[in-house]
Amino acid sequence: MAERLIYLDHAATTPMRHDAVAAMTPYLTEVFANPSGSHRFARRARQAVDESRETIASIIGCDLGEIVFTSCGTESDNMAVRGADESRVGSPVCIATEHHAVLHTVERFGGRVVRVTSAGDVDLDHLTTVLSEGPVSSVSVMAVNNETGVITDLAAVSRIVRRLAPRAILHTDAVQAACWIDLRTIWPLVDTLALSAHKFGGPKGVGVLAVRSGSDLSPLILGGGQERDRRSGTHNVAGIVATAVALQQTDHDRPAESQRIEAIRRDLFAGLETVDGLRRTVAATSSVPGVAHLCIPGVESEALLYLLDEQGVCASSASACASGAMEPSHVLAAMGVPTELARGSLRLSFGHTTSPDDVRVAADVIVAAVERVRSATRRLGTPRV
Amino acid sequence: MKILVAMSGGVDSSVAAALLREQGHEIVGVTMRLWGGESDTGCCSVSDVDDARRVAQQLGIDHLVFNFTDDFHRAVVDPYVADHSAGITPNPCIECNRHIKFDRLFDRADVLGFDAVATGHHARIIASESGWRLTRGADPAKDQSYVVHMLDQSRLARTMFPVGDMTKAEVRAHAARLGLRTAAKPDSQDVCFITTTKNADGESGRSSFLRRRIELHPADVVDEDGRRIGSVDAVELVTLGQRRGVAGGGGTKRFVVDVDVNGRRVTVGPEQSLNVDHEIGSSTTWSDRPQSGSVLVQCSAHGSPRRATLTVLDDDMVRVDWESLERRISPGQSLVFYDPTDTWVIGGATTTTRSVSPAMP
Repeated sequence: MAERLIYLDHAATTPMRHDAVAAMTPYLTEVFANPSGSHRFARRARQAVDESRETIASIIGCDLGEIVFTSCGTESDNMAVRGADESRVGSPVCIATEHHAVLHTVERFGGRVVRVTSAGDVDLDHLTTVLSEGPVSSVSVMAVNNETGVITDLAAVSRIVRRLAPRAILHTDAVQAACWIDLRTIWPLVDTLALSAHKFGGPKGVGVLAVRSGSDLSPLILGGGQERDRRSGTHNVAGIVATAVALQQTDHDRPAESQRIEAIRRDLFAGLETVDGLRRTVAATSSVPGVAHLCIPGVESEALLYLLDEQGVCASSASACASGAMEPSHVLAAMGVPTELARGSLRLSFGHTTSPDDVRVAADVIVAAVERVRSATRRLGTPRV
Repeated sequence: MKILVAMSGGVDSSVAAALLREQGHEIVGVTMRLWGGESDTGCCSVSDVDDARRVAQQLGIDHLVFNFTDDFHRAVVDPYVADHSAGITPNPCIECNRHIKFDRLFDRADVLGFDAVATGHHARIIASESGWRLTRGADPAKDQSYVVHMLDQSRLARTMFPVGDMTKAEVRAHAARLGLRTAAKPDSQDVCFITTTKNADGESGRSSFLRRRIELHPADVVDEDGRRIGSVDAVELVTLGQRRGVAGGGGTKRFVVDVDVNGRRVTVGPEQSLNVDHEIGSSTTWSDRPQSGSVLVQCSAHGSPRRATLTVLDDDMVRVDWESLERRISPGQSLVFYDPTDTWVIGGATTTTRSVSPAMP
């Protein structure tokens, strides 16, 4: 087994920031109270939630009353789509490359799916057609795709949605955007915006949904009426505190970090130049720096990921199903990437702990692994492995 | 050795992994996801993957899941459906072993640098002067050499069946001693991609599965003189030798003695009309090399072997001449040849759809 671990799966989870861990610890120990209580302990916990809310609101550029804390990005997406569906006439709409948190929810509620182009952009003509077909409760268009890192032209989407479906909620899953795009530039374009803390150095188990004031969303979870009746359930105080700290650091570091990681991604691709037939799935200019998505013909992701793992390189391919098996990517299928090529897809994603040395080593490991798979395949005489 | 262990989530493969681990091998467990359809009863359901993963964790080994659903569909499910439309009754478990477990998985293991692949089958691989011998498992009631008969010398050299020396009771006892969650898990049955329960209309899993994929046709049931005595809803679901559902009137027991899918005709007759003196097999595989002569032939997973003389006809076909008359084998089923002491596998073939003239009594 490999001695060092090279973690290139930040889009799945990025390590928690040390300051976030330090900030949350007191709320797991001495300040243990329920923030909805009426004693001094409760007030301290409540203050921590309020301050965190203020911090997060200022980074999104919204009012603090527009922040709803949830348990994860998936819940935030569900809350937007289902909440809009319940409070409005019409059916939900999303784009074909959405995360399953949105896509499966939209499909379940009888929604319609808008095509994307081969570059992963929203097919605006098709969006126009779909929005003209009947009443729409919500339109979900992710800010950044979780597999390819493609950045969506939300301004163009917003113009069309406002014109053709003025009563619909325009939702964006910004889970993969937080590290790379100033959220203040996204918020004015949408009604609801979902975040997930563990994607930017916060803990798992905390999500955020920014809900534009006046947007009528039915709650998914009923109970004690927390979060202004929009999401009941005792606050995850420690998690919320850590989320605010992590988002603040992410927001502060973003400009410099984007440049640093862009250089790292360039190095990686330079290191992979010798891989015959390697295809970059999307252009660097249309994707966030944190994701390098590629397809390698004649190689299967499952085999490649095993060989990478053996050498201590943690990466990913498409999403995994309930059994843990890799599923063919619905994102690549929607972009029209041929199945044979999509079979050899690889996503390397970077974050605040990634060093230039990591990707140099990783590139060598990938080159060797691809060569090994290809030579074994030649020996076996079967093109499929 | 570095060994890839196929772990289905059942007790046999759990213990196979445990034994290899105890022997000090470097092992990785893998569960193959083969079927994404509606049946959750088979060897690739989520709960079985959970069981396999939990056992791997208990044993302290890595566990992977490989998604072979496309290959399974192409190599097992599609041919299963196509065979039924042609009036053939295939054995999908054997085709899965042939094309997935001992081909696709083997190639993958090869690419990933494993020395061998192990499974929980009850069979043994024994070195002899003439090479590797695929030998019946120690537990006669659980022997699975029939379903892995297609392994040739190159595969046998790199395959391990760690529980082949044990009885099922010993396997369960070993699992219980190790505290494995699969110790008391029932044996898997039936075809993994077909549900065992009937649907709301009382239709069997096989029937509803096929009905959604191919057109099923009604057919006349006739006696051996060609007189129409009844009908069936789906000729594609009728199997040679079948008795239920086609009986018609009269005092004698009637069996299906011929299925003509294209002519939409099922012929029934007395049991002796099924008797033949030989079978022709195709797609023949050999454990070592082609070999004519005296053999024992097993015609179903747990059927008793019968004496016959085997004749190699060409690269693909063999002829089996029974020592005494035997009931005809449904086309698509596997004939597996054992040595005259009924110990090891010589080879196997698939029964063909040749038209036979019933043997004279």
